[in-house]
Amino acid sequence: MLAYAIRRFGQSLFVLVLMSFLVFVGVYAIGNPVDLLVNPQADEVERVRATAALGLDKPFLEQYWVFLKGAASGDLGKSFVYNVPALTLILDKLPATIELAFVAMVMAISLGIPLGLVAGLKPDSFVGRGIMAGSILGFSLPTFWVGLVLIMVFSVQLGWLPSNGRGDTLDVAGVPVSFLTVDGLAHLAMPAVNLALFKLSLLIRLTRAGTREAVLQDYVKFARAKGLSQTRVIGVHVLKNILIPIVTVIGLELGSVIAFAIVTESIFAWPGTGKLLIDSINQLDRPVIVAYLLVIVTLFIVINFVVDVLYSLLDPRVRLGGAAASH
Amino acid sequence: MTPPVDGPWARFRADFAESRLAMAGLAILVVILAVGLLAPFISPQNPYDLGQLDVMDSKLAPGEAAADGRTYWLGTDDQGRDMLSGIFYGLRISLGVGIASTVFALAIGLVFGLVAAYFGGWIDTLIMRVVDIQLSFPAILIALVLLAVLGQGVDKIVFALVTVQWAYYARTVRSAALVERQKEYIEAARVLALSQARVVFRHLLPNCLPPLIVVATVQVAHAIALEATLSFLGLGLPITEPSLGLLISNGFQYLLSGKYWISFYPGLALLLTIMAINLVADQLRDILNPRLRK
Repeated sequence: MLAYAIRRFGQSLFVLVLMSFLVFVGVYAIGNPVDLLVNPQADEVERVRATAALGLDKPFLEQYWVFLKGAASGDLGKSFVYNVPALTLILDKLPATIELAFVAMVMAISLGIPLGLVAGLKPDSFVGRGIMAGSILGFSLPTFWVGLVLIMVFSVQLGWLPSNGRGDTLDVAGVPVSFLTVDGLAHLAMPAVNLALFKLSLLIRLTRAGTREAVLQDYVKFARAKGLSQTRVIGVHVLKNILIPIVTVIGLELGSVIAFAIVTESIFAWPGTGKLLIDSINQLDRPVIVAYLLVIVTLFIVINFVVDVLYSLLDPRVRLGGAAASH
Repeated sequence: MTPPVDGPWARFRADFAESRLAMAGLAILVVILAVGLLAPFISPQNPYDLGQLDVMDSKLAPGEAAADGRTYWLGTDDQGRDMLSGIFYGLRISLGVGIASTVFALAIGLVFGLVAAYFGGWIDTLIMRVVDIQLSFPAILIALVLLAVLGQGVDKIVFALVTVQWAYYARTVRSAALVERQKEYIEAARVLALSQARVVFRHLLPNCLPPLIVVATVQVAHAIALEATLSFLGLGLPITEPSLGLLISNGFQYLLSGKYWISFYPGLALLLTIMAINLVADQLRDILNPRLRK
């Protein structure tokens, strides 16, 4: 286990450095940030001074080296636009994104698995078909369009819910959160539903497919033949076996929910990291783009690791890292 | 009268027709494809010929009559463009981008997947490691970063979509090919001393196709949705080549003032397209999944 963790850590570090290089090369190639940052009327002297101040006059490899040295000590550069450390900027916005992603994921899981089970157990019933049709709809609706329709109905037509921002926040251990105030909840409702819808549909389909295959298996027939109650067969035998792929997918989707938050945050003007990324791309704020990606990649690596460990705990047949299997 | 069931194609057709929902999806899909293909001939106006636009007609509600007496059934946008024509042309671009990127990604993924499965060893490890790393990141994030670097354009968005999609095909083909490779008909083909290329392309490949068809159908829908999303965020297509996503994005700013139609109808067209493809894909998956065979 320890050996596995160390090897994973080494691999992750390699992926991180590789990613940072690729991203740095890519981001380095886009536009000239000085054009956007300096007053168009500025003379040549002014431009050269600004370029030097941002460190953009140095050769590419030197810029990358400066960045790497800084990154090793937790400094990912300063935002060109806000002139504060990029990492601070991102960490300030991260709680908003994580809150949104977390609420969306909880919604998706607490509805998706029960609905999927029902649809899987009674695939030909009216309810089963209804759930499936709903999930196809949720799967087909592009996130941004659902967001628009939600705003159209609940903000413009009915005027029930606010269409942008986080609303009133309450500090919990120094971190502002929305879900503890009424106004915050009103602001959170539409973005969270918007973000949850796709994952909800995915979980319904996954649970349904797993259930349909599981109920045909011998161990389920055997459990029924033993005279176990329906609740026990479904709750223990079926659910436990289909839970393995579901947990994996939930774990992996946790990362993608943060990525998809980019879209939701842009529509609802939710002040999280996703909106920051889009703004930074439009303003050519290179350090923030690079820092965002590194933070997100790190987050993904951590999530993937946790999922692998969970996987081995849920399914004793899985041995981490192959090496352990020979013991 | 029971339909005659002879040959794999007839059985396939009969199985597919079992679901009325899937048949409805197929019918919608055919209509949408026809509209996209024939857009220049059936649109009431060419929405990108500035000479045909009249600013006086801008932001008309659906069904409202213009100054010259003609009716805009789905309203007009901020430049007096007929939304119906805009949607027809937008469908054309959305479908084109979705299908082109799927075809390229399929070809690339197919080659890498077959090579990985057939040769094994370090080639397999290398290809699959790249696939694994790539698939551990959400497609939208990779595409977003690529487009931030590359800029706007049809070629660039197709490139970005191919880059994020090839890995799905490579993985699907490889796993199918690994299973098929062990089977007796491949051994038989080898015993007949057929050439390697013939064994791979005539015997192995056709038997790896069923799961690939399912993945490809789903991926066309994904590609269209992803392109629309990226265009909506302002990172996909330029304004001169408006896909459905760009039309929706364009209408977003008028949404809060109640002018819903500029965004809503292109969104409806997008939704119908994706849904029709998904319905067809769902039925294909059920037919082609041997584990659900009764």
